[in-house]
Amino acid sequence: MSEQQAMSSANAEQAAGAAREGNTSPVSGTGSKKMNMLQAINDALDIAMDANPQVVLFGEDVGVFGGVFRATSHLQDKYGRDRCFNTPLTEQGIIGFANGLAAQGSTPVAEIQFADYIFPAFDQIVNEAAKFRYRSGDLFNVGGLTIRTPYGGGIAGGLYHSQSPEAYFAHTPGLKVVIPRNPHQAKGLLLASIRDPNPVLFMEPKRLYRASVGEVPEGDYELPLGVAEVISEGRDITLLGWGAQMEVIEKAAVMAERDGIDCEVIDLRSILPWDIETICKSVLKTGRLVVSHEAPLTGGFASEIAATVQERCFLYLEAPIRRVTGLDTPFPLVLEKEHLPDELKIYEAIKQSLSY
Amino acid sequence: MSMSDTRTTGSETSGSKTRTPDSATRSVDELTATPTAQQLSPDSADVLHRVAFMTGDELTIPIFKRLRQDGTLYREGDEVSLERDKALKIYHTMLFTRVLDERMLAAQRQGRLSFYMQCTGEEATVIGSAAALEDDDMIMAQYREQGALAWRGFSCDEFMNQMFGNELDYGKGRQMPIHYGSRDLHYMTISSPLATQIPQATGYAYGQKLAGKGRCTITIFGEGAASEGDFHAALNMASVHRVPCIFLCRNNGYAISTPSSEQFAADGIAPRAFGYHMQCIRVDGNDLIAVYEATCAARKIAVETNQPVLIEAMTYRLAAHSSSDDPSGYRSKEEEAIWRDKDPILRMRHWLEAQGWWSEKEEKAAGDQLRREVLESMKRAEKLAPPPLDSLISDVYDMPPPLLEQQLKDLKQHIRKYPHAYPKGASSMGFSAQEIEQSRKTHEQLQQGGEQS
Ligand SMILES: Cc1ncc(C[n+]2csc(CCOP(=O)(O)OP(=O)(O)O)c2C)c(N)n1
Ligand SMILES: [Mg+2]
Repeated sequence: MSEQQAMSSANAEQAAGAAREGNTSPVSGTGSKKMNMLQAINDALDIAMDANPQVVLFGEDVGVFGGVFRATSHLQDKYGRDRCFNTPLTEQGIIGFANGLAAQGSTPVAEIQFADYIFPAFDQIVNEAAKFRYRSGDLFNVGGLTIRTPYGGGIAGGLYHSQSPEAYFAHTPGLKVVIPRNPHQAKGLLLASIRDPNPVLFMEPKRLYRASVGEVPEGDYELPLGVAEVISEGRDITLLGWGAQMEVIEKAAVMAERDGIDCEVIDLRSILPWDIETICKSVLKTGRLVVSHEAPLTGGFASEIAATVQERCFLYLEAPIRRVTGLDTPFPLVLEKEHLPDELKIYEAIKQSLSY
Repeated sequence: MSMSDTRTTGSETSGSKTRTPDSATRSVDELTATPTAQQLSPDSADVLHRVAFMTGDELTIPIFKRLRQDGTLYREGDEVSLERDKALKIYHTMLFTRVLDERMLAAQRQGRLSFYMQCTGEEATVIGSAAALEDDDMIMAQYREQGALAWRGFSCDEFMNQMFGNELDYGKGRQMPIHYGSRDLHYMTISSPLATQIPQATGYAYGQKLAGKGRCTITIFGEGAASEGDFHAALNMASVHRVPCIFLCRNNGYAISTPSSEQFAADGIAPRAFGYHMQCIRVDGNDLIAVYEATCAARKIAVETNQPVLIEAMTYRLAAHSSSDDPSGYRSKEEEAIWRDKDPILRMRHWLEAQGWWSEKEEKAAGDQLRREVLESMKRAEKLAPPPLDSLISDVYDMPPPLLEQQLKDLKQHIRKYPHAYPKGASSMGFSAQEIEQSRKTHEQLQQGGEQS
């Protein structure tokens, strides 16, 4: 990702400042600092560990090395090997261990090195973490659990370093799924995820790890889970996405603006449970909706959104809801650009919706 | 599949006394961990009347070594079962692998390649084992085993085509560099998710047993990957179903930054074999002769008795984990130096020279020739076109379903509007370089116009 793109992300962040304030719980520090997303995540983990001695961090290479992306840098130094450590290379082991640790009352924050490698842990997440509370009548729960994992494409990662598996987990009652779009969001949402009394899958858009830079409040703050954020208001059409796709959507909105199209841009932020109210309120106003995600079309989370919105807003819709997504294929490498839902594809969908 | 489905049940009912390749002929106590009556008998030595735990430390696993670093044999006078031509072919493959790794890492540093992984330090393990097999035995590797594929005859151009993801790449430019595969050479295409190939190797070998042609599978993996559940499932199933499979662990000390001391508490990987009642051997992975001979013997066990074997090759990942990694954050230069002095290629070279089969002059000529070959091949591969746009939707299924056909059609329509944004797809659709450039200019003007208004 280029410097230029990083800048546009930072600019969008500043522009969105006012809209965000309403969602931000009181910040205990005073100032703010320019950070990239990795630094913001590292900061959140540091604050969480400092505030609560029961927070324990682990995963492949998270110890001395600080993780392959360095999200856990210096935390072993600061909090010791008992609270920040390397695990053997076994994702099912990592999440099984995390479930047990959470059931015992600790607050595990487990890292899965890439979302593409979360599947050996699928059973522990879907059958165990998500159902722990329900099956025991809340005698036991793993609410303390947070799973962090980098996801998404655009980094020449091919099949197995690019996937966006949020929809698999969105099909799992009992889990929360959260995806931030920039450093400020990442810090506040991660702190909220760690402290939420439910198991949370926190998916980090790795394309933005270093590319997204913005002002991040110092000190401890949380951003609410299950609440979407209207980034910019508009009359003509609602554009909805999450994570790294927000940057792409904002570019498409700028293009549409040149054609005199006034876009309302919304970051869903939480995939599960998701904020139906905010989305439907916007669509009732604009009458048009484009949803975009990197994951394939069929069974993607945009399908769920489209179904719910048409149920609630049917008489207000001026055009069919459009989904702009990856193709229904595994993630390619050389033809990645062709595969990905970029700003041009979203822009075209906006125009089609307007001229329907 | 149930026992009665297997072909070997016949030999059991025919009362054959020869060892049959199936668990149907094994006694119950061989198959289960349930104690037999004899074991429960109070007179048996196998019974305790006081609590006493076993630690496993009763057992130490020796390491099989043949060559000293200076190329002399530990036991002078022992026959080495490698004749001249094969030994030289092996050595040439080791040199090729080293040269390929050096050049491709340099190419990655120059920005010509997105990613690379070196096999440096582990050439004896992967090439020595491959050389001990028949050419149509199956190899199911992890990702750092390019030497094994080179041994089989994968050409420099074939390596390059995959790394550059061009139109000649068998994998059609879909996977990251170094994810090779070759049906002709019986080398399964590499998959990034770790350890997934290990239970697949068990299944592949079971099929080879049923086919009855005396072939086996070798699966190669790191000591890190051996922590995955798939490893344990694979070994257990291989023992239970008695398959001709060789499990070769490259214990190279690290899984990215994680040292093996944080990967397992036991004495390496080899002792795990006993938990599955599998034969195992630990070898010096930098000793080509030892790896070769151990794998020859393992193959004999696998193919002749339908029993799996575990080999643990003790070696060291001399290079970084990958081109994205910098080991200075997690290990010392001193440690690296110790292992650099155990270079498997140098050790083999000393031995070859002692046999009078190799010389300084030949070494230099081979190095020069290999470097030239690699560079010329790289230049050819870089120039080739990317895979065609239609390859985006092929091979998802045997035939693209209608929805996917529609998605490709829509994509093409979109690319026609913005060819400059998708130069690879556009040129595959027949757009010329000038047309693509023109589209870029038009689009830029439109954007600037928009900004001024
Ligand atoms: C299931 C899975 N988890 C994590 C990874 C990320 N990863 C790639 S290589 C690697 C380390 C592997 O170490 P090892 O098996 O010892 O092989 P080596 O690199 O030492 O050859 C990790 C953690 C992966 N590819 N697949
Ligand atoms: Mg290793």
